[in-house]
Parts: sequence; C-alpha cells; structure tokens
Amino acid sequence: MSASTFGSGIRRREDPRLITGAATYTDDIVLPGMLHAAMLRSPYAHAKIAGIDTSAAADAPGVVAVYTGADLEGELGAAPCAWLLPNADLKIADYPCIAKDTVRYVGDIVAVVVAESQYQASDALERIDVDYEPLDAVVDPKAAVDDGAPQLHEDVQNNQAFHWTVTGGGDIDEAFYSAHVVVTETIVQQRLIPNAMEPRGALASYQKATGELTLWNTTQNPHIVRFLCSLVCGVPEDRLRVIAPEVGGGFGSKIAVYPGDFITVFCSKKLGVPVKWVESRSENYQATTHGRDHVQEIEMAATEDGRIIGLRATVWAGMGAYLSTAAPGIPTILHGLMLSGVYDIPAIHEDVYGVYTNTTPVEAYRGAGRPEATFMVERLIDQLAVKIEKDPAEVRRLNFIPKFDDGHDVVTGLTYDSGDYDGALSKLLDESGYDQLRSDQAAARKMGRYIGLGLSTYVEICGLGPSQVAGAIGFQGGLWESAIIRFHPSGKVHVMIGASPHGQGEETTFAQIVARELGVSPDDVKVMHGDTDNTPMGWGTYGSRTTAVGGAALALAARKIRDKAKIIAAHLLEAAVEDMEYDDGNFFVKGAPDSGKSIQDIALMANVAWNMPEGVEAGLEATSFYDPPNFVFPYGAHLAVVEVDSETGHVDLKRYVAVDDCGPQINPMIVEGQVHGGIVQGIGQALWEEGVYDDDGQLLTGSLLDYAIPRADRLPPIEVHSTVTPSPHHPLGVKGIGEAGTIASTAAVYNAVIDALKPLGVEHVRMPLTPERVWQSIKEADERS
Amino acid sequence: MFPPEIDYYRAGSVIEAAQLLGRHSDSKVLAGGHSLIPVLKLRLAVPSALIDIGRISELRGIASDSSIIRIGALTTHSEIASSAVIGQQAPALAEAAGMIGDPAVRNRGTIGGNVAHADPASDLPQVLVCLGARFVVTNSTARRVVPAGEFFEGLMTTSLGDTDILTAIEVPAAIPGESSAYVKFAHPASRYAVVGVAAKVSAEGSRCTAASVVVGGVCPAPVRLAAVEAALVGGDMTEHAIEVAGARTTDCLDDDEVLGDIYASAGYRKSVSRVWVRRALTAAIGRLS
Repeated sequence: MSASTFGSGIRRREDPRLITGAATYTDDIVLPGMLHAAMLRSPYAHAKIAGIDTSAAADAPGVVAVYTGADLEGELGAAPCAWLLPNADLKIADYPCIAKDTVRYVGDIVAVVVAESQYQASDALERIDVDYEPLDAVVDPKAAVDDGAPQLHEDVQNNQAFHWTVTGGGDIDEAFYSAHVVVTETIVQQRLIPNAMEPRGALASYQKATGELTLWNTTQNPHIVRFLCSLVCGVPEDRLRVIAPEVGGGFGSKIAVYPGDFITVFCSKKLGVPVKWVESRSENYQATTHGRDHVQEIEMAATEDGRIIGLRATVWAGMGAYLSTAAPGIPTILHGLMLSGVYDIPAIHEDVYGVYTNTTPVEAYRGAGRPEATFMVERLIDQLAVKIEKDPAEVRRLNFIPKFDDGHDVVTGLTYDSGDYDGALSKLLDESGYDQLRSDQAAARKMGRYIGLGLSTYVEICGLGPSQVAGAIGFQGGLWESAIIRFHPSGKVHVMIGASPHGQGEETTFAQIVARELGVSPDDVKVMHGDTDNTPMGWGTYGSRTTAVGGAALALAARKIRDKAKIIAAHLLEAAVEDMEYDDGNFFVKGAPDSGKSIQDIALMANVAWNMPEGVEAGLEATSFYDPPNFVFPYGAHLAVVEVDSETGHVDLKRYVAVDDCGPQINPMIVEGQVHGGIVQGIGQALWEEGVYDDDGQLLTGSLLDYAIPRADRLPPIEVHSTVTPSPHHPLGVKGIGEAGTIASTAAVYNAVIDALKPLGVEHVRMPLTPERVWQSIKEADERS
Repeated sequence: MFPPEIDYYRAGSVIEAAQLLGRHSDSKVLAGGHSLIPVLKLRLAVPSALIDIGRISELRGIASDSSIIRIGALTTHSEIASSAVIGQQAPALAEAAGMIGDPAVRNRGTIGGNVAHADPASDLPQVLVCLGARFVVTNSTARRVVPAGEFFEGLMTTSLGDTDILTAIEVPAAIPGESSAYVKFAHPASRYAVVGVAAKVSAEGSRCTAASVVVGGVCPAPVRLAAVEAALVGGDMTEHAIEVAGARTTDCLDDDEVLGDIYASAGYRKSVSRVWVRRALTAAIGRLS
C-alpha cells in the first residue's frame, strides 16, 4: 500500500512552510518582556585591552545592562573545545566568552549590551570606550609557526595547536627513493566563509522561580548545545531545554557552540528575563566559523607506467584564534585518514600542523577535511597523468581499489564498506561522452580555443560513526543516534529523533522509512526533531550522518514495533506467533492474508489494551539506539568541462556531469538536490570564494559585496547520474549524500582549468581561479617559454 | 545592522523636496534606496535627515519624441531594461540596465539614484556619457541641464549641489545608421562593473563616420576613449580595424587613475580593458545592419 514511496522522489513536506515564509526561525520568536543583546567586537586582530569604559553605554536610552569580561569571572566558563585529538600534543588555549586582557581576531567579543530594543543596543555599542594597544598579527598558517612570528597565546609555543601524523603501509622514504616518477604541488586551500541563509542567533529565557532555562538556538545539534551549555553556564542539564526551531542552513557553521550563545544565556540568567541575540550578516562574516584554510605541500611517487607507490604531505591548517568546538578533528581525522582516496596506495605519510592565527576560528564546512584530502590526491593523479602522457581516466583506472562489497582495508587504518570505483568512472565516461569530448577538445585547440576536461573520483567517510571510535579519536561525545516511534490509537504515528535536520529534508525521508517498514502512509507520520525536551538524545546533523545513522535507528525502532505488533496480532487472531506473516502493514495467519489485522487495528487495540497477550505491555511504541559498526563510504566520479578565455582569464563552466553512489536512495529528488547543492559549493571554492585577510588581520571580504558565492546564472545544468552499491553493514544499505558533491567538485573544476591551459604551459593557479589569476598564470607561462 | 536614528521626510513634489533639502543641511535624498540604505545600515553615513522623493509621480516614466528619450529620475532599472523605445533607440542603455545587480535590485533601484551616487563601478554612467545624455537638475531657485560628460566628476562625486535634485535624464535617440552596445565584466559578488564599456558607432555603408567609446569601472569616473574613436572614424569597420582601435585603449588610461582592488588589480584592469572595448565595438557594429 505504501512501500512504493520508498525510493520515489515525493515532494518535501518541509517546503510549503519554508517557501511561503511560514516557518519559525529563532529570530521570529518574541517573548513577553524580552530584551535584546548586541556584542561589541574587536576591530583589531590582535591587541591588549588597556582599559574599557562602559559608563556612557550604561546610561544610554533603553540600556538595561552592560557586561565585560570581568563580569563573567566565576559565572561563565570558557568556550569549550570538545574534540581532544590524542597523540598530537594538543594545546587548547583558553577561549574566554568575552575577552579580558587580549583580543585575538577581528570579531572577538569585548562587551555585551542588553537593551530594550535592538536599535538601542546597537547605539549603545558606540558609547563603549575601549583602550586598545595594538599588537602585531599573523594570518597565514604557515608563517605563524615561524620563529619570531607574533604569538597569540602565552602557553602555545610557535602558535602550534597540535601536530598530528598519519603513517600507513610501507616505508614512505623507500617509496620515494625507488620511484620513477614524482609529482609535487603546493596547494592553498583558501579560507571559505559559510553563508547560511539564516545568520546565527540565540534566545534564552530563564525562569528564576524554577531555575529552568529554555534556549532557542540556530544549531545543527541541540543536544550537544544542552550538554555544553550546562557545563559552561551552570544550568543543570535537567533544567535546560534547547530548541533548534527552523534552522536556515548550517554547512558546519552551526555545529559549534559559540561565545555569543553562552553570553546570551548568562544575560538571561543574570537579568531574569528573556534575552535575544541575533547576529547581522557583517557580524556573521566576522564571528561565525570559517572553513578550509590549509597550506598543503604534497608529493606523489609512482612507477613509470603510472602506479602510485607513495603519497606524502605536510599541511599547515589555520585554526583561527581559538579552537572551536569540533575544530581539531577536521584537518586530521576527517582529512588525513582519507588520503588513500579511491586508490590502492601502499605507503602514505602526512604531518598536519594545526596553527593559531589572528583570524576567525575555523571549523567544519561542508565536506570538512575530506574535500581538502580529495583535492590533494585528485590533483596529483592528474599531474601524474600529464607527466607520463596518459589520459587521466586511464591512470585512475590503473590505481583504483578493485570492486568490493564487504570491506576493504586501506593503509590509513580505515575499512571502506563497499565500492565499485571503476563502475562509477565507466558510467561517467559513457554518460558524458568522454571520448567525443576529448576529440572536440583537440579540434578546439587547433582553432585557438582552450577547452578543458577535469575528472575527480572520490570516496568520502561519513555516517559518523561508531562511538567506540569517537572515544578513541578524542571526540568528547558519542556518535550514535536514537529514534522513538509512537503509534496513536487512530493509527497515526509520531517519530521523535535526536538528530536535527535543518534543510536536508529528513522529515520527508524519515516518514518514507517508517512507511516502508510499517506499511503506513508517509502522510500519517509526523517527524519531530530539534527540541531536547521532547526528542531522545542524539548527537546532531553533520558529517552526512542523519539518514545514515538516525535513519538506521528509525528502521530498527520500526522493526521492534513490527515484532510487538505481530505478537498482538497473533493473540487477536488466536494463532501462534510462529504462524504469523507480515506484508506491508498487514499481519495475518499463513495462507489467510484477507483476514489479517492492519497495523492500525493493532495500534488501536494496543492503545486501549482491552485484550493484550499475557506479559505484553500496553501501547505501541519503540525506542532504538543505533551505534553504527563502521562509517559508510559513498563515492563517485565527476567531470567538469570548462572553456578558458585566454585573453581575459575568464573560466566558463560549460558542463558538469556527476555519478554518485550513496547506496539505495530513499528519495531520489532529495538526493539530487543534495548533489546539486554540494557540487555548487565545491565549484564556489574552485572559482569564486575566498575569505581574504590583510596582513593586519582585517577581513577584506567582510560582506556579500566582496565575497562571491555561487549564483545560478553562472552555472550550467548539472547532469546527475548514480549507481547503487548498498553498504553491507547498514540496516537500509544507505550512505550519506550531503557532502559528496562538495568533496568531488572543487578538484574536478580545477583539473579542468589546468587541462584547458595545458597547451599554454600553465601547471598551477592559486584558487579561487579568478580571471586575473588565470590571466597572470598564462602570462607567466608565456614569459617562461 | 541597525542604522542610527535619522529624521525622515516624504516630499510630495520636487519643489517641496528641494525646500526640505535646503532646510536640513547634511540631509540625503532617498529614492530606490539601493545605495543609500546599506550605507546607513553599516553606519558609514549618518545624514541629518532623509528626504524621500520615492513617491513623486512626476519623476517617474519614459517619454520620447523623434529625437529625445526623456527618462524620469525615479524610473527603475527594470523599466528601462524592458522599455521597447529604449531598446530600439538606445540599446546600450537597455542592455546596461538589464545587467545591474539582480532582479530585486532592478525592480527598486532607479536611474537617478544610480547616477547621483556615482559609484565608479556602476554601469549607467559610462553608457550615459557614451550616448551624450543630458541631466536635468532642479533646486528651489533654478533649473539647469548638465551634459553627462560634466556631470560625473570623480569617485562618488557629481556636479550636483547640496540642494539639487536630479529630475530627469534626456538621451538622444539613435538616428538611422547608428547603434550602440554595452558589455561588462561583472564582479562575481557585487555584480558591479570591473570593466564596463559602452560603444556607439555611426556608419555610412561599412565606413565609420562617428564613434563614442566610454569605459567605466576602471577609473574614478567614466573615461572617454578618444584614441580608440579616432582610430575607428573614417575607416572601414573590419575585424582588424576594431582590433587596432581597441588596442589604443591603454593609451587613454592614466596609470595614476586606474583603480585596483583585491579582486582585480589596476594592471590587470588596464590590460584587459581593450578586450572589452573590442567586444563592445563588435556588438554595436553588429547591430547596424
């Protein structure tokens, strides 16, 4: 009756409220007596605070309170880092919510004003007099570790937050010693600024009489916010309710719990009234976490016929001025362990230096570590192909891990679950007409036109992850998910999940899972999430884990319901449980499908409980906690076709073809949407986006006037294809798809541009590939030749 | 982004607006608000008052006779982009208006506000200089007409006085054997012109009889490329002639004047301008037949 919706692209139930403006975001919530907070942020990237005078602000119209770092003493802890990377000499510098003596990036908070209106709070900020003594700043992660560089934190020598290494397989030095071919490159994975439609904000409401506090927050993980907030703000976890109402996108920037959130809670507690803080877009650019910011020196060793025998890299990862909540795990665990990519690489070694700089803290950003890893490998393999004069598709094939369906170990220590990398590439070459494109390219070159083809074959680690692994890698939390399924007497269903979707469409896909497992209509399933008071514990929506982990919890809860329903049905039909059969919501005695009991019949009987089997509890409800046995590893092959205008350096993206494999697709339309969005964000890195600081640590790209996000009119139609390889260890076989596009597409576009410029002698252009940079590299290549 | 408290007056007529401007020193005229409001929200400017002319109906609309198109200062970019008469009689202007910002900006932003703001990266100034437009300016005592070439004085600077209101822009309609085009290298974030070139050519057969080529985005104010025009006039408009003329672009750009930023340096802008000049000329000439 309803199983058919699983695997069909039914429309997202979230969309009517989202696209008609009826959804409720944090800033839409208005409480009686609510006050407004505004943060005074440092205009200097590095300075001593010699003095601060708030008296004029305190006297300003409508101002209720002004707090500085001194007022938080003993009342509000430091903003925590919750990924304690082991064996890496991790040095977590104190991150006070309000800076006391020193500011370390433009945007560091130095005071908060609470006033009756947002306008009054903003006006009062201008009346605070801070006496700054500017210090030298450092913004480049590689320069920041040099002797003599400005030091951010007294107890962190050379600004080195950590030094993490991964070594796997054979002797790396031996591999390079014996190599016939070595290719090298220095890559700057430039800083990116996430641009969620909704900036960040918090509304805290403290009830003095009960000691309870409710926090509405723009977060991807309300349960983590509750946990950390209780530790930092001193509100017991049982008295703290965190609600993520509608959240307008996150892309990783809403994982962290921020000083602004803690300060808002502090203000509400202190004043005993609701306090709201919502950042402006300019504030968002300065103070919400950024992504990427790697300097990578990489090299690949290979045999003369193109077999990879070693990969070696040193990475300086800018962490910003402080370590954000999950930051240390991003350029390490989620990056270095993926360096084998889709290839059989016998020896890998990487050193990663996490480095403090006078910049906005860097956190997860869509893909989080994995795009930076994929880019390295995909860039070098293209270079290798050029060097040995083979087609890049051929060199990839030569090195692919052969097809496997139940586990493959790579030298970095991971066990990939399933994959057919050659299958994905073959499909891509077919669907794109690759051979024809190559001959078109050759013909165009003769006419002085520069067309380029760029491949990117990737595998990603997602569905984070087994909790035991989380513990071993220093993640200060679990990584399981939970779900409750509750049948009401009329047969309607409530689903309560700990994960916190914020635009990805899981209200729809989760209803499709329940519909398939229990034979109800998806329309009869309401999915609830985002409120810690009425959902079970969960670790949040990031790392493409919500469907992969939360969806599995849901499927297992549904199967528990089915088992109980079968016992009740057997009792009602006066049959033995062993004689019962189930088909799409109908429980019946073998051979008699027409006189069975529907799941709705059983829901009613279980809820009224007039006639329950002996020893069976009333109600039809189940809870499941799913801790995955392994990560899932979606993969794919992408192709970008570009044309470069050699006169001006403009890059025109002409075609983009993607083949992705995320296992069985619950809702192909949603998968396609995720693939589109992901690809576009990765293209943004290749062509347009860069967060630029000057040497003094001023953010030069502080608004949408200067920071170029992708626009629809600059993109070709994206051609989306897929293959289906189930994960062997997952109850539904599914893998995540939220980040796949981003992981693949930056390298595909970059490789295409370099391929286009090959006849001109260009081998490297710094990202983003702006017209001037491309033009300059053409000029320089011309001068060299 | 919350602006400070600012007094606001809505003018019912041009005269009233001019009087309000005279009464409130350091006040600012508010039209479509697409340049002014962001500046206020960022607290980069704090005028004493806003004089809103947005509802003065006499400032809106497009009228034309055989030789002049008269465009009210409050006419929006989308109205200009979709105007049939401008599309035929001043195609470069319709083209440029259609390239400003995005649909939301074009639906609210006005031609008068755009040119009065005189952002060097704007599109309309170079087009209006190229087409020989005239700006009708009123204050509480007099009315005058300013040629486009004298209106734009520099970076965000025009010949408008403190109490002046720009009421209309008059654009000469194309005569037979004449056409124009606008091409633009848009900044990927702001969509402002990194380089924007307006070209107008007149021809008898394949021979060029007159040309007007103006580049914007590159210098603080639009620059008329006299050397390019001179190279073209009198000769056949072949591909080679266009190339040769375009190559004269750099001769017209003063190194001290050329703008640079983190997206496009002065050297780059100067070097690639000739490409956009060539493309503008090619487009304008292509429209002649």
